[in-house]
Amino acid sequence: MVVAERKPFDEIWAMLEGYERVLVVGCGTCVTICWAGGEKEVGLLAAQLRLTASREGRKLDVREAVVERQCEREMVEELRDAVEEVDAILSMGCGAGVQMVAEVFEEKPVFPALNTTFIGAPEREGVWVERCAACGDCMLYWTGGICPVIRCAKGLLNGPCGGTRRGGKCEIDPEKDCAWVLIYQRLKKQGRLDLMERYYEPKNYRAVKRPGRIVAMR
Amino acid sequence: MARPFRETLKTKDFIVTAEVGPQKGTDTSKLIEHIDLLKDKVDALNATDNQGSVMRYPSVGACMLIKERGGEPILQVTCRDRNRLAIQADLLLAYSRGIDNVLCLTGDSIDVGDHPEAKPVFDLDSVQLIHLVHNLNSGRDMAGNELEGKTDFCIGTTGTPSADPIEPQLIKFKKKLKAGVSFVQTQAVYDLDQLKRFVEFARKIDDKVRILAGIVPVISARMAEYMNENVPGVFVPQWIIDELAKTPKKGRIKKGIEIAAGLIRQIKEEGICDGVHIMFIGREERIPEILEAAGLL
Repeated sequence: MVVAERKPFDEIWAMLEGYERVLVVGCGTCVTICWAGGEKEVGLLAAQLRLTASREGRKLDVREAVVERQCEREMVEELRDAVEEVDAILSMGCGAGVQMVAEVFEEKPVFPALNTTFIGAPEREGVWVERCAACGDCMLYWTGGICPVIRCAKGLLNGPCGGTRRGGKCEIDPEKDCAWVLIYQRLKKQGRLDLMERYYEPKNYRAVKRPGRIVAMR
Repeated sequence: MARPFRETLKTKDFIVTAEVGPQKGTDTSKLIEHIDLLKDKVDALNATDNQGSVMRYPSVGACMLIKERGGEPILQVTCRDRNRLAIQADLLLAYSRGIDNVLCLTGDSIDVGDHPEAKPVFDLDSVQLIHLVHNLNSGRDMAGNELEGKTDFCIGTTGTPSADPIEPQLIKFKKKLKAGVSFVQTQAVYDLDQLKRFVEFARKIDDKVRILAGIVPVISARMAEYMNENVPGVFVPQWIIDELAKTPKKGRIKKGIEIAAGLIRQIKEEGICDGVHIMFIGREERIPEILEAAGLL
């Protein structure tokens, strides 16, 4: 899933300067699961905006809405009536969601309330970790199902750098595991260490021509 | 003129290299001072590449100076700051200016340096970099295009004898050796038993590669503890910390030099590996004292 986190309130507040009617739009998919932009977070942000406005004596009408998936045009279209009544939209979707809302309602300014951070998974309650670089050239079958492209801080393909800390932690963060130590341990467990001894060619960064676009054949 | 390093690698019994760290800025006077002081005392001088991810005068510039001053340069190339085009272009520049030794490194993380917000490149890793240099040596670039004038680099790399866990490091190291290197300059090593095991491992894969043990003098107990805590792959044993702790402050640098010289002497006498690579960044002017105390002058 796409993982995001909310921007600092002051940054959001500054974006809204000069607008009087704002629609805060959440998304019911990824960012709901990672506690960043679901119905609950929309309610909290809207309340904080109203409170701040009233404290500063500023006129601000804050409305709330949540669509199931902000990255889908049809679902965003459902907001049309609500959008007509406001002069700005504050999207609590991921970057793809923000851009879809902006594309559907071209005449309205759309602001991001979140910073989209990575494609990841929950590690435990309230903790999400990055798992995929969306590189377009998956090599997980060689690496025991652990991605060195994104889980190694340097994205190295042929083994660990000399920066591995004692106990197999990463050079830049003792809280994070060295991906290559994890890969080693898993391949060893599977009796497939020969895979780690192979030479992997430099990555083909054209595997996805950015910006990515896929046309499916049916 | 200094003897080409590749010749030294073939002939000499005990090889000695040292490192000079380029300055941040355009004033090369201190760098030249260090080069002049060291160039005839060692077999080759490494010039570091934005060492510690701190932006500095480039390694290729420092290598040109070493060459101009009559020394034998080893160009350090990391994968951190340049993509495959930039690395190849710099290697062509270096070779065209008579720099023909290259040390292939991954490079420290951007986060540890003075521009932590920069985009880390790592388009290649160190194993791929070794392959890249072989490509240039064979007259082709990485894309397979023919070069107008090929290179003939003598290729080296690094290794980490004290890494924990060591096994994944050794697998990577094996790939580097298999890619083809003539010399290895290790990360700082203090535990000579670890060094012995590392050399034995290397010999089984390639019995011709020359291995130089990394020597970094430790000049205070605090520095040792800091290194153990913060410098990955380096382990300063307790006996060195104790020695330094009981040395009065004034004599600590001398003590550190003495300990380093002792390690070098032991490595040489026991024939543990083929030589040493001395790194004393910020104190290059004291490297001759180490050489003298180790009986290498």
